[in-house]
Amino acid sequence: MAGTSGFKEQSELSRTSPVSILKPNDVDIHLLVEGLYHRYGYDFRNYAKASLKRRIHTFLKGENLASVAELQAQMLRDRACAERLLLGLTVNTTAMFRDPSFYQAFRQQVVPLLRTYPFFRIWHAGCSTGQEVYSMAILLQEEGLYPRCRIYATDANEKVLHTAKQGIYPAKQMQEYTQLYLQAGGRRTFSEYYTAHYSNVILRPFLRERIVFGEHNLVTDGSFNEFNVIICRNVLIYFNQTLQNQVHELFYNSLCKFGILGLGKQETIRFTKYETAYDELAKAEKLYRRRS
Amino acid sequence: MAYELVTIGTSLGGLSALKTLLRSLPREFPAALAIVQHRHRESDQAMSAFLQQFTVLPVHEVEDKECIQPGHVYFAPADYHLLVEYGYFSLSVDEPVSYARPSIDVLLESAADAYHEQVIGVILTGANHDGVQGLSTLKARGGTAIVQDPDTAESAVLPTAAIAAVNVDWVLPLGQIAPRLIHLCAPAGA
Repeated sequence: MAGTSGFKEQSELSRTSPVSILKPNDVDIHLLVEGLYHRYGYDFRNYAKASLKRRIHTFLKGENLASVAELQAQMLRDRACAERLLLGLTVNTTAMFRDPSFYQAFRQQVVPLLRTYPFFRIWHAGCSTGQEVYSMAILLQEEGLYPRCRIYATDANEKVLHTAKQGIYPAKQMQEYTQLYLQAGGRRTFSEYYTAHYSNVILRPFLRERIVFGEHNLVTDGSFNEFNVIICRNVLIYFNQTLQNQVHELFYNSLCKFGILGLGKQETIRFTKYETAYDELAKAEKLYRRRS
Repeated sequence: MAYELVTIGTSLGGLSALKTLLRSLPREFPAALAIVQHRHRESDQAMSAFLQQFTVLPVHEVEDKECIQPGHVYFAPADYHLLVEYGYFSLSVDEPVSYARPSIDVLLESAADAYHEQVIGVILTGANHDGVQGLSTLKARGGTAIVQDPDTAESAVLPTAAIAAVNVDWVLPLGQIAPRLIHLCAPAGA
């Protein structure tokens, strides 16, 4: 069996060589990712390997390609294939008021702090198609704080940002969103926030008024303002620890003193270099407060 | 080579089966256990807290990039896939696989990728086919496959499908799975 002998080879070779020796399957993935970076500048080199690999294999099936090596050759020749791959490698799972308990905790723990500011800035990093940004706008509106804020909603992907800016979503999702809105502590009737239009709904324009949508890549772009709150949920799980540390440095440097950081439900700063730089504001909901 | 990781997948009837399995593992069990039990996406940590009552091994609901420690039990959190990297876990919110997130296939395939012949895959009671593909990959990469005897399973669908699709190493009644794991994972010469 190739696995066994390969394993021994690896440990013996690595003693004499600084290069880490990869298994054939991993070499293919490594070369594909390097190719994508050097040919087009798309940088997936520090993405978490296991989930990246899964998405590459799912993409292969969709493209009817037999191997990662084949995809690599095709992608280097054909920019359209590389663009499709780029979309295939990005994940856009989102919903309005996704994880309602997060919004409840935000209302209880963060809103009182925000009331002390005459004006505040929120950065929603990795906003995907925008549902969670609009959820925040609704929450702030109901707390009477929306006129005092500016929300910067960014994503690396131009296509999802376009959807986010439009604020148009399938009507069939509204039943689920309404449920989540209520669980999140919503105080009004959810249908007040949108207008139905055939099979879609359009969010009310005032919800967009204080949101600035823009392209920003967490892997390659730097800080662009100072924020009172940074929300980045279920984005960093796709990065390895090196890249997570890099992005946490960016967040730390972009937060004001006592600024708030909100992560996804199963994300944590525990395993990063910034573990001691924050206090836990709401432990279970991953709301942190910058120490100084 | 010693086993480092035991991956377990189950759906319908899983909680009761896991209770039986986990309570038979001793404090000094030398491998880590990673478990996907199909669950509702809004379920909270009550399930891992419930199972903690029946085992001396520490039970965790996995957080992203958590280290894999021997003798610890790791649960896939609700609404996330649990993936194995060498030495630690990653999570994802990718599309459900076979309608499931967490998916057993995702856990087993990534574990096989990272640990090759040092991983054991266990399929317990379950009502759909999520886990069959994963067990097949795990076996193909040199891992060891154990399936609960369908006659002892609350739902025989998953174990039956796994036995049909994979050349499994052991088909065992529920009560014999923990003793087999203890035997397989025992340090050489012990």
